[in-house]
Amino acid sequence: MNKQGNTYTFIYSVILVVVVAALLSVISLSLQPRQNENRQNEKRQNILSAIHISSTAQNSAELFNKYIKEQFIVNDKGQRIEGNAFNVDIKEQYNVAADKREFPVFVADVDGATKYILPIYGAGLWGPIWGYISLDADKSTIYGTFFDHQGETPGLGAEITTPAFNNQFQNKQIFSGEELVSILVIKGGNATGKNEVDAISGGTITSKGVENMLRNYLTYYEPFLKQK
Amino acid sequence: MSAFFSAKTQEYLLGPLSKNNPVIVQVLGICSALAVTAKLEPAIVMGLSVTAVTAFSNVILSLLRNTIPTRIRIIVQLVVVAALVIIVDQVLKAYAYDVSKQLSVYVGLIITNCIIMGRIEAFALANKPWPSLLDGIGNGLGYGMILVIVAFFRELFGSGTLYGFRIIPQSFYIQNGGHYLNNGLMIMPAMALILVGLIIWVHRSRNKDLIEK
Repeated sequence: MNKQGNTYTFIYSVILVVVVAALLSVISLSLQPRQNENRQNEKRQNILSAIHISSTAQNSAELFNKYIKEQFIVNDKGQRIEGNAFNVDIKEQYNVAADKREFPVFVADVDGATKYILPIYGAGLWGPIWGYISLDADKSTIYGTFFDHQGETPGLGAEITTPAFNNQFQNKQIFSGEELVSILVIKGGNATGKNEVDAISGGTITSKGVENMLRNYLTYYEPFLKQK
Repeated sequence: MSAFFSAKTQEYLLGPLSKNNPVIVQVLGICSALAVTAKLEPAIVMGLSVTAVTAFSNVILSLLRNTIPTRIRIIVQLVVVAALVIIVDQVLKAYAYDVSKQLSVYVGLIITNCIIMGRIEAFALANKPWPSLLDGIGNGLGYGMILVIVAFFRELFGSGTLYGFRIIPQSFYIQNGGHYLNNGLMIMPAMALILVGLIIWVHRSRNKDLIEK
């Protein structure tokens, strides 16, 4: 058969594509359970680090079950709705209209004290940033935070993941009286107020992204947070 | 075994480690060399991933070399390389999740690594599977070797650690009362380029025949 002819070329490419496609489907399907487990472990680790519990991929499930006592979903009016809070994809929900979104709440018990852990999601300089914020039982005092990002600049915006940045949030108040004031990220080392933290030098846009992300999501959760 | 490891076949494997190195002599695959070398671990995984892809793609295309219609040659190469890269990506996501997160888009971008297509075109399509395998492994390791050297210096001076283990004690740092600061420039991709330049300088001063007239 003429190896340079049209028929041969056509048959050759069809066979090649079918074989490769079949092979990739088999590999993708057989590895999927493990990949999903990795993603879930990572999510558990992230949630736990918002309440200062460090875990590894191996013990995250065990620690998660130990500390997280309750999980549920609320809507933007603070009403509970049906569903599995852990399986809510915040990134997907970000593209849904706010009044139709599902907002998961994780209730943790740390040495007898109740902590509420809320997921947050927003935009940094180069791409999405996200995280978890945990509040004390008064639903105003911040207990801990966890931030992560997709592609912020190393050494600048990417510093939002460091303990130095996260530790500033501890014991800050997101409510002033009855008013939701959220957390302000202030430039130039001037953060003194009860709801102010220092921005990262050189990472202003990412810092502002954190501020906006917190304000947006705390506003969504506000009806829930005001329930006593 | 002697037929498998004659002087000529040894050259296929060992040549790319020094005199025919894909990164510092042929200057291929530079962009990923800059991107993934801030820490040793991703650099090693990237080196191994590229080695796996060059080795398998060289063998597969060498086996197919007499059946491929010339007009769709490049397309066939791309399909094979892309499939292998997807497999590597999926395996990393399942068995080395943290590393696959650090490498992020760069695993997918192995497809565009010039070394792979370069070796297929220049070598695998004209040689038998066994030399092609050695050539693929040699070039992958030659690439990985440079990545590891660059990452060694970047991680040591940029983060004070090696493979995640602390080398420079915490007490040396200014924050803890010492006199030491990490070199922030080391973390930036620009420093990787400078380091690659320094490696090329040292390499050429030892191999004078590589210096252009």
